[in-house]
Amino acid sequence: MPTDSPPDARELRLVVDLNRCQSYGQCVYAAPDVFRFHGEEALEYDYAPDPRLRREVERATAACPVQAITLGRATEPAPLASEPVQ
Amino acid sequence: MTSTTHQHTASDLFAQALRYEHRANPYPYYEQLLRQPVIRMDDGTWLASGHREISLLLRDPRISADRLPPQHQRPIRKSLLVEDPPRHDQLRRLVTQQFVPRVMGMRDHIDALVTGLLDAHTSERAGQLDVVGDLAYPLPVTVICELLGVPREDESLFGSLARRLTRGLDPIDTQTEDEIRELQQARGELVEYLEGLIARHDATGGDDLLSGLMHSQEPDGPMDPVDLRVTLGLLLIAGHETTVNLIANGTLALLRHPDALARLRTDPDLATPLVEEVLRYDPPVQMSGRSTLADIDIAGTTIPKGSRVRLLLAAGNRDPQRFADPDRFVPDRPDNAHLGFGGGIHYCIGATLARAEAQIALTALARRLESPRLIADPPPYRENAILRGPERLPVSFTRLVPGAGEA
Amino acid sequence: MNGPERIVVVGASLAGLRAAEALRDEGFDGELTLIGDEPYAPYDRPPLSKAVLSGWLPTDHTALPRARNIDARWLLGTPASGVDLRERRVALADGREVPYDRLLIATGTRARPWPRQQGGALHGVQVLRSRDDADRLRAALAAGPDRVLVIGAGFTGGEVASVCRDLDLDVTVTQRGSAPLLSALGGVIGSAVTGWYRDAGVDLRLGTTVQALEGEAGRLRRAALSDGTVVEAEVAVVAAGALANTEWLTGSGLAADARGVVCDDACRALADDGTPVADVYVAGDVARWPHPLYPGQLLRLDHWDNAVAQARTAAHNMIHGSREPRAHRALPAFWSNQFGVNLKCVGLPSLADRVVVTQGSLDERRFVAAYGQRGRLVAAVAVDSPRVLDGYAALIEAGAPFPPVLHASDGPDRLDALDAAFPRPAAGRSSTPSTPSVLSIPSAPSVLAGHE
Repeated sequence: MPTDSPPDARELRLVVDLNRCQSYGQCVYAAPDVFRFHGEEALEYDYAPDPRLRREVERATAACPVQAITLGRATEPAPLASEPVQ
Repeated sequence: MTSTTHQHTASDLFAQALRYEHRANPYPYYEQLLRQPVIRMDDGTWLASGHREISLLLRDPRISADRLPPQHQRPIRKSLLVEDPPRHDQLRRLVTQQFVPRVMGMRDHIDALVTGLLDAHTSERAGQLDVVGDLAYPLPVTVICELLGVPREDESLFGSLARRLTRGLDPIDTQTEDEIRELQQARGELVEYLEGLIARHDATGGDDLLSGLMHSQEPDGPMDPVDLRVTLGLLLIAGHETTVNLIANGTLALLRHPDALARLRTDPDLATPLVEEVLRYDPPVQMSGRSTLADIDIAGTTIPKGSRVRLLLAAGNRDPQRFADPDRFVPDRPDNAHLGFGGGIHYCIGATLARAEAQIALTALARRLESPRLIADPPPYRENAILRGPERLPVSFTRLVPGAGEA
Repeated sequence: MNGPERIVVVGASLAGLRAAEALRDEGFDGELTLIGDEPYAPYDRPPLSKAVLSGWLPTDHTALPRARNIDARWLLGTPASGVDLRERRVALADGREVPYDRLLIATGTRARPWPRQQGGALHGVQVLRSRDDADRLRAALAAGPDRVLVIGAGFTGGEVASVCRDLDLDVTVTQRGSAPLLSALGGVIGSAVTGWYRDAGVDLRLGTTVQALEGEAGRLRRAALSDGTVVEAEVAVVAAGALANTEWLTGSGLAADARGVVCDDACRALADDGTPVADVYVAGDVARWPHPLYPGQLLRLDHWDNAVAQARTAAHNMIHGSREPRAHRALPAFWSNQFGVNLKCVGLPSLADRVVVTQGSLDERRFVAAYGQRGRLVAAVAVDSPRVLDGYAALIEAGAPFPPVLHASDGPDRLDALDAAFPRPAAGRSSTPSTPSVLSIPSAPSVLAGHE
């Protein structure tokens, strides 16, 4: 389990609730390699950025005025396509 | 009648919260005000203290940012702080286009400034630091003056003007005749100063924000000289009078919560959520104002059209309906949708800059001060009730170690 | 009462994942199984028609974050093929059977395909719903086709056309109705959206349908349109609405068809006689249910927000429903990004008879429009104005009158409400639908508020 690996090696996953999002742009300013505006108000973002951007992403998450950004907190491995048939 | 009792109580509680002797801790009064999230005051104005109610009012199309009392003299040109759409949106776009890109890459520079300011006090022996005068004030002032293109030698002149003007933001009935007269005087001096600054800039040019606004090629630009002066004044005052309180209030919170201070010393990433918690727990801007353009039904009552409404941001930040254990300082509090920077279309334009300055300054203090202690608790506070913070924040230490920067 | 020991969630996308997490949050500590037909860990669909298609985001960068550990068994890449309600077993297409004590149906929808006999099997004819669809369409666009045909100017169609123009590809869009987004937002706002298409250089054919897709050597070459013209195109994107993934429930006894699986507002699945089925729940795009705010009809929403909220409600009721049942009554909300603007909506515009622009102006592409039904505010659409929408949501939930009294500083001096101009079926929806009894719910009028 990756719980004891250094923080930057953990996978980095995030999602933005774009119904809640009001395009304040604080995430774009905090982590411009992860979040961007297409036009003035339409936010786009990377759900799986490079783990080395964790600090910037955490700044973006904390700065969101409506707390619309959720980071993955699971430590168990991501599910795989096929489970061996027993 | 119960409601009458409540109304008297609310006005009285708010007056108490504004009294200077309660400046260090107005929160117990806010807590009582929170029992009615929206309430009419004796003078006919309204007060919103609930988190949900303030959040809704900040985003309500029936709200105007014009908060001056009806008898008050109207300014010739409104700043974007008190202006409404569509003009607000045009002004804001122009400022954002110039401001944000300049701020985004500034962390290293801010870090260097913090290092320099603290290096001046580096000491192997026990000593003292006034966190306000030595760090919390000069840091944002230097940054905003550099950004805007205000010459370094004007800083002291402008700084005293900003201090005099900030008092004018407080509720007018808490100001004396002399103060109001003095304010008019200061406003005149500000206009004169800014016009001179703009005129000199026009001649010299440059790549600062002021030049950017003057020569913007964007669809909404460039700004005319009056908007330019009003906007410049707003940014300068905001840069002088808000972040100073964020850094000072944050330092105060750290010194009162040694466990948080110890954690920050070993984990600089804690600065990210910690600054948000300072913005919730002890926000630099305690309240904002609005007026209503139509009747608004909210929290079981109706605010009539044409009312002035105070949004008590600092009370909303302690609303137990929104925040668990609201009076506790939790440096890594999750889901911290505080109102420290307001919300809606007037959300603080300098939020990114203020956050970076506070994160870097608080981390440096935690790292470099050994055994810091508050010399006076509470520290002496400034007169201002709205932009609230310590006048001075003397801190003793056993050692102030040399700095190495953020990374 | 003893809790369930085995819970099976069929559907491993947004609703299924969030339900599984919520089940653990609610205290379920038994055996949890998720079944998904796609061979991928749960991913998010909204970027597929935007950032993925434009090439900014690879499809494997759309994986949804997992909010917590759920200690589940994942059966991915194998669709469910049936359910036996009496024996409480889900059958998989590969022959396996998975027993349950409680079952959540979250199989979502799929894109309505183009009929095979009209060219649907031609190479180059695509839909856009899944990761694999997005990869195929992205590759097709990256190859630089001379022209792309988009069939349908709903949300997906508009987003695809918008990306095509960003990529400098010529694109023709056909739309049966008189404006884009007609069924979702009505003719008044739809006409404004027409301008977005035209200004972006889209060849928009309104009131036009595709009669046949024609190919050579198995590859798409052209489309014959109802206006008599022929459009040469190598790629056609069929964006003509969604079908609920319910075939696996045929014959199960549940009230399920291509419109969805009917459930009550506590997310309990209904049998085809209208009675709740013990221990079977429904959430997400596949669910049709009576929303307390909109009596007399069944709602099915292709909305991200609804999938998350309904999954949570269902999970709560699966664990605590007997003691403290919760009703799923979240205000519908969705968003779309196209032609460089952000469009957000709260409430249900399609119910409305009137519409009025309350802030900004249609021409500036920065406005808010309010929708009314018989004098009551039922929805609001905000274009590049996301920071005022909460105020409208509160008014809708409070049952505010229409037109709303706002006096917004960027509003018109006088509110001139117009006919919202929604297409109505010939039978007419203008009369009030009778409030159905529980038994008649499966045949009650249906509102599909999806992305088409």
